[in-house]
Amino acid sequence: MKVLVPVKRVVDANVKVRVKADNTNVDTTNLKMALNPFCEIAVEEAVRLKEAGIAAEVVVVSVGAKAVQEQLRTAMALGADRAIHIETDEDLVPLSIAKLLKAVQEKEQAQLILFGKQSIDGDNNQTGQMLAALTDMPQATFASEVKLDGDKATVTREIDGGLQTLSMPLPAIVTVDLRLNEPRYASLPNIMKAKRKPLETIAVADLGVSLKAHQTVLKVTPPVDRKAGILVSSVEELVEKLKNEAKVI
Amino acid sequence: MAILVLAEHDNVSLKTDTAKVVSAATAIGGDVHVLVAGHDCAAAVTAAQSLAGVSKVLVADSAEYSAQLAENVSKLVVELAADYEHVLAAATSVGKDTLPRVAALLDVSQISEVIEVLSSDTFVRPIYAGNALATVQSLDAKKVMTVRSSAFDAAASTGSAEAVNLTLSIAARTDFVSQALTESARPELGNAGIIVSGGRGMGSGENFAILEQLADKLGAAVGASRAAVDAGFVPNDLQVGQTGKIVAPDLYIAVGISGAIQHLAGMKDSKVIVAINKDPEAPIFQVADYGLVADLFEAVPALNGLV
Repeated sequence: MKVLVPVKRVVDANVKVRVKADNTNVDTTNLKMALNPFCEIAVEEAVRLKEAGIAAEVVVVSVGAKAVQEQLRTAMALGADRAIHIETDEDLVPLSIAKLLKAVQEKEQAQLILFGKQSIDGDNNQTGQMLAALTDMPQATFASEVKLDGDKATVTREIDGGLQTLSMPLPAIVTVDLRLNEPRYASLPNIMKAKRKPLETIAVADLGVSLKAHQTVLKVTPPVDRKAGILVSSVEELVEKLKNEAKVI
Repeated sequence: MAILVLAEHDNVSLKTDTAKVVSAATAIGGDVHVLVAGHDCAAAVTAAQSLAGVSKVLVADSAEYSAQLAENVSKLVVELAADYEHVLAAATSVGKDTLPRVAALLDVSQISEVIEVLSSDTFVRPIYAGNALATVQSLDAKKVMTVRSSAFDAAASTGSAEAVNLTLSIAARTDFVSQALTESARPELGNAGIIVSGGRGMGSGENFAILEQLADKLGAAVGASRAAVDAGFVPNDLQVGQTGKIVAPDLYIAVGISGAIQHLAGMKDSKVIVAINKDPEAPIFQVADYGLVADLFEAVPALNGLV
């Protein structure tokens, strides 16, 4: 069984981003970039499926500029077998990414597609569900447990207020949440090995997918700064402020 | 043209999120219809009919929709979409699951987690976990969007919309197996008016008991920072932060939390923030409305005694 894992390059979760002075976007110049944390969990899950003898091959795919190859190498250092880079310098909306991934899936015919539930830059939480719609596959989002049995997947999902378990025939799309697993660290030998694993680059134009503009970002602004607060000297003063000034208790 | 709101419900009751999404729909302007897709969901339908600003409630009551699966509910919404220019749902686990499928089937983009409506095609949404706000204009003929319910007030229950039964029953290949909702007397993190959160400073999982006592006294939910989760003090589902839950309660009490960017991203939209930490240099004090530099093991029981 083949597992396909679409991944994204994002600003590292520990870096605070700032909005550009001209309010056109956030400034990502010279910021530390990383594999999106949720994508990392998806890669880890796919690699575990391979180690358990359930998956035969783990293929990672990313859409973006040449730099995304760095994250594809990271995914291969974690254990993915090969990578596909769909090259574009354009900033695409999730629907366009899903359309490109559909073209990849038509060729790869993966039985399971594992996504991170969302990227921590755009926070869209859409691409997995959209690919599921475009390919008419069943889906399970926000997975905290994935079990495969023959041509069936049983997935436990984190829903508001608890857990829900669904089962569905393969091929299916699963998007993963934090609790699914704890990704490993890539070892140095595996990082070296990843450099020799196959990485195929495909130009967007060669996928024969027609994309269109869906939205315009008019501006990007910083959130309203919180007003500086005060230090209280005692628990009594805190309770008094909360009761009489903030009126929240 | 009209606006369709996908109702958030559990077949028995309508969630407050729907009333809040109806407010967002009213801000866009137009005829607001609510779709209740479920099974034996009459009570949720009645509640939806009473929402102010709603003129029609579409009822898709079928065993196929019992678990409100994205696979077939999205197809149902698409069947109805011809009559609507906007399709809205709350940015809950159901809305986030279903709406992107709707958007993709309609060949339009989705705008996620809208926090402000500027016009019928222009919306504000947080990106980078709220560290920036994007003003986005949709170029699509239909606008499909999820709404962050904490950013809107709930519509009043003074309406009396007509209910219209639909006979569309669409099957899914996905089977519902089981559901285990956390049985807790405490409110959910996402809906809580007050949240008491603990960080690495709590020292251990057992020590969270003092936060739980305070939470119970305040009718609050209990949260945690990633540091507390990573240290194994509490399970992952309590995590507030960029990679956990993003919350905006009326009162957020951060106890023994230093205030890593990761955590601040998940709670800085709270109306009032209290920080209790023994380190006066902790970054959490920069976002706190009320800061108390104190040993949490003394301050929290004292606070518990006074509220």
